[in-house]
Amino acid sequence: MPAKIAINDISKSFVTDKGPLQVIAGIDFAVADGEFVAIVGPSGCGKTTLLNIIAGFERPDHGRVIVDGAVRDGPSPKGIVISQKGSVFPWLTVQQNLMFGLNGHHPDKRALADHYAALVGLRGFETGYPYELSGGMLKRVELARALVVKPEILYMDEPLSALDALTSLQMRVELLRILSEERHTCVLITHDVEEAIQMADRIIVLSVRPATIQATFEVPFPRPRNLSSSDVVKLKALILREFGL
Amino acid sequence: MRGLKQVLPPLAMAALLVAVWWAVVVQSGTVIFPTPLQVVTATLDLAQQGTLWTHIGSSLFRVGAGFLLAIVVAVPMGLWMGWIGGAFTTLNPLVQMLRPISPIAWIPLAILWFGVGDVSPIFLIFLASVFPMIVQTVAGVHTIERQYLLAAENFGVSRRKLFLQVVIPAVLPQIIVGMRVSLGVAWLVVVAAEMIALRSGLGYLIIDSRNAGNRYDLVVAAMVVIGITGLFLDGIMRRLERLKAVRWRYAR
Repeated sequence: MPAKIAINDISKSFVTDKGPLQVIAGIDFAVADGEFVAIVGPSGCGKTTLLNIIAGFERPDHGRVIVDGAVRDGPSPKGIVISQKGSVFPWLTVQQNLMFGLNGHHPDKRALADHYAALVGLRGFETGYPYELSGGMLKRVELARALVVKPEILYMDEPLSALDALTSLQMRVELLRILSEERHTCVLITHDVEEAIQMADRIIVLSVRPATIQATFEVPFPRPRNLSSSDVVKLKALILREFGL
Repeated sequence: MRGLKQVLPPLAMAALLVAVWWAVVVQSGTVIFPTPLQVVTATLDLAQQGTLWTHIGSSLFRVGAGFLLAIVVAVPMGLWMGWIGGAFTTLNPLVQMLRPISPIAWIPLAILWFGVGDVSPIFLIFLASVFPMIVQTVAGVHTIERQYLLAAENFGVSRRKLFLQVVIPAVLPQIIVGMRVSLGVAWLVVVAAEMIALRSGLGYLIIDSRNAGNRYDLVVAAMVVIGITGLFLDGIMRRLERLKAVRWRYAR
């Protein structure tokens, strides 16, 4: 099967006051159609830069990203980014946020928005403003806004790490439920190994900066995954060993 | 009860000030400076004759016209300067140079260009209010959080939608702050602007009362009316800040 996303030997440096700083030093992998890949790495290792390059917001110094056989030259609604900070527009209502990405002619934008509001559990909040919602609800808005445009790829940059621990756990389960409704190719950036094991088909472990691929793990367990099962615990120990823990 | 707690302290403060004013006037035995009662009587007289309302109306009309003109110019210009780097580089030095020039300094030029009438004060009020609004709008555009622009880019929205649904709403709270500051400044310069007005306006009332027989009761009456009207105008602008579409910015 041809790769949905092919990342070919990407390198990236930034210019700083103290001279050039290499962030990514040759990363090479592919994501299959419908696959869920998690990228874990120590903080500051260049995970976000890597995701920004894959999503088309930054250009690599060397190498290229190929999506559906074409070289990526900028962001596209085919792949939506969900970030840690969140980008739900605070001046629009929930419903207006959900309809934001619908360009051109749609027979009924409102019905589509309401469908996804219901899917993520936002029914009854459509006319509310984001500042009236909790952090977990805001994440739902952001996710629904992305799903409305029916993206083929979801890029998630630590989507749950700004939430409190309990909400984060709940949202993981919710996210899996919502994603099982429709098929997406997912790339998840996280520093939470458990989160990666619970959600992904494959986990890529990055080295410290400049980032290279240090190890790759398949996660062959059926979902929903029991985090206290011996297989999961073993895999977690293996991955943590990569970080010297 | 909470409403009373809000209203009572400022009322007590005002009462105290009036009492001190009254005591000082009586103590010093001045014949020219009015007591609070004389000011109230003078105000009521003006209100009964109807001239008070004419003066307030004229001043509000001039401030309103100058202020609206300033909005029409400042908001598009501020958005443009904030969004286009070249426009900012070119125009910002000019704005920063014109901004500190007091509208009073423009009076001779205003008379030269527009003569004595309604246009000159409107022009001066426009000058006073246009710059704070430009500066706030530009600052608003410059501080739009990056993730919102990236999201808009990600969804591939048109330029028109980017402006109407992201840039302008993101800047709107700052524009409203700029409008509030500007309206305050506009009302502040109305007295100076109406020194070159013909026979109406609160500023004219002050100058005229002083010139026509040292009617200091009318001078102070006009000052009090200017103050109270200013309070009302600020109250209206504060209402704008409570609009749901802008409250996110102030709520934090």
